[in-house]
Amino acid sequence: MIDVRNLGVGYGKTSVLCDVSLSLEKGKFVSIIGTNGTGKSTLLKAILGMIEINSGEILVDGAKSAELSRGEIARKIAYLAQGKSVPDMTVGQMVLHGRFPHLSYPRRYSENDRKIAAAALEQTGLSEYKETPLPSLSGGMRQNAYIAMSLAQQTDYVLLDEPTSYLDITHQIRLMKTLRELSDSGKGIAAVMHDLPLAFGFSDKIAVLNEGKIALFDTPENVCESKIIGKIFGVELKYNSTEKYYFYDMKATL
Amino acid sequence: MKNSQKSSRGKTKIIFAVGFVLLAVSAVLGITLGSTPLSFEEIKTAFIEGFDTTAGGKIFLYVRLPRTLAAIVCGGALAVSGAVIQGVLANKLASPSIIGVNSGAGLAVTLCTALGVYGGWKQSLFAFLGAFAVVMLISVSARKWGASRGTVILIGVAANSLLGAISDAIVTFFPEVGVMSNDFKIGEFSAVTYEKLLPAAILIMVTITLLITLTNELDVLTFGEDNAKGLGMNTAVMRTIFLLLSAMLAGCAVSLAGLVSFVGLIVPHAVRRIAGSKSSRLIPLCALFGGAFVCLCDTAARTFFAPYEIPVGIIMSVFGAPFFVFILIKGKGGHSRD
Repeated sequence: MIDVRNLGVGYGKTSVLCDVSLSLEKGKFVSIIGTNGTGKSTLLKAILGMIEINSGEILVDGAKSAELSRGEIARKIAYLAQGKSVPDMTVGQMVLHGRFPHLSYPRRYSENDRKIAAAALEQTGLSEYKETPLPSLSGGMRQNAYIAMSLAQQTDYVLLDEPTSYLDITHQIRLMKTLRELSDSGKGIAAVMHDLPLAFGFSDKIAVLNEGKIALFDTPENVCESKIIGKIFGVELKYNSTEKYYFYDMKATL
Repeated sequence: MKNSQKSSRGKTKIIFAVGFVLLAVSAVLGITLGSTPLSFEEIKTAFIEGFDTTAGGKIFLYVRLPRTLAAIVCGGALAVSGAVIQGVLANKLASPSIIGVNSGAGLAVTLCTALGVYGGWKQSLFAFLGAFAVVMLISVSARKWGASRGTVILIGVAANSLLGAISDAIVTFFPEVGVMSNDFKIGEFSAVTYEKLLPAAILIMVTITLLITLTNELDVLTFGEDNAKGLGMNTAVMRTIFLLLSAMLAGCAVSLAGLVSFVGLIVPHAVRRIAGSKSSRLIPLCALFGGAFVCLCDTAARTFFAPYEIPVGIIMSVFGAPFFVFILIKGKGGHSRD
């Protein structure tokens, strides 16, 4: 379990996160939502030990993340950053680099690493694109390739920063289904999301961040009922219990 | 799928074989051709009877061999340095000569000579320090100000101009320095001695070998800062190591041959077009093709107008520029969106 306790993060005198507590269990899918600039990406980076924390602590499977090396964290948590670059290499080569944290200098990928990468390609339906250069893939396929790389990393947790950005709706839903399958298979997934109906529809829990603080951390049903979404985002989120999906109530919003 | 994998590996083997053959041919041409052609018979005789007994033997040992080796290691060093700098700065327009790394090394060599240090380890060290200072300055300012790729190049152009001006000023005040002569600015190998060659060549060989062991790190760095960190890489340390190694290569090359430009830009581009961007292929192929390219250009520079000799930089630009444009236009798909 990733356990964030009373986390405080700031840049200089500016406080970005204040007294943030939440947890991510294996096999669960947590979506982190909030308006722009509220500290969602900072929260992910703090969990990954990429930025210094001012107060509180983060425990990854019981160990303080501040005491773990970058390599140790990368063997436990995979991370897909926002606005990924498009490296000029084939899909197969990129996915194989998911094994990077498991090797030490001079890093040379073994037959076993190649088998794990091939399985990750298989799982994401990318086997036939193994030799395809990444720049020639569509945005959705590239995102899938990054997911495959994180699978090859064989971590218990995957953190994703706005994974559905720039994808068309078909690819957004396909990606969310993949993430849901991953959490059902035992991985702990945390994703920063802007599309609320998608986040609520696929997640086990929603963490609502507002002005650097956790406004609510609960199941999608309870968050939806709390009416906090309307207060923070200025839009009403409703649940269609017959069809079982979340939607924006445009009438209430307009 | 397996077939395409096999054909890709087969293609890579062929490209490596071509690289080795080209390097060997350019070395043979470099040694045998010149204002006084050397025959294999003369070289064989020199090996049997001693190099100092015949004119051919002396030319081989003291002129052609060091010069050919210098051209090969210098070309390999600059091409690999260019490939690494392009990877680390995520900027394919970057190269040691364009972003001012060579000028930094050139200024350091000028200073070094003004201080009375000629050739040897100390000069290579000075050149390395000059190159490293510039490449770190460019890298840190690019990251700190979030400079775009175009801005990085412009910072490099400004650095080139400033460093060149300082070097010129030193030569003005200390005319006896003389290293900033036209030959040094354009790059040439006529003044290569074993004293200059050996330290630089050893450092270059060690650095390229080290870089070949770090190719996976170089690939991961191209995923971008956060994703590379997510894969467990200490990006700040790795970036500094790569820039240090690329500065070492550029510095050694400049201490040997002056400000040889162009090779650090066109060879990595040409290799990428032929063999893709995977660093484990890119780095060794740049070393092979860069060495062969500069060696062939140097041979041309001293044979085309023999007994007169023109600086190798001129030949490289005359043949390199059209070739570069040709490979950019004729480049295959898949690399066109970078």
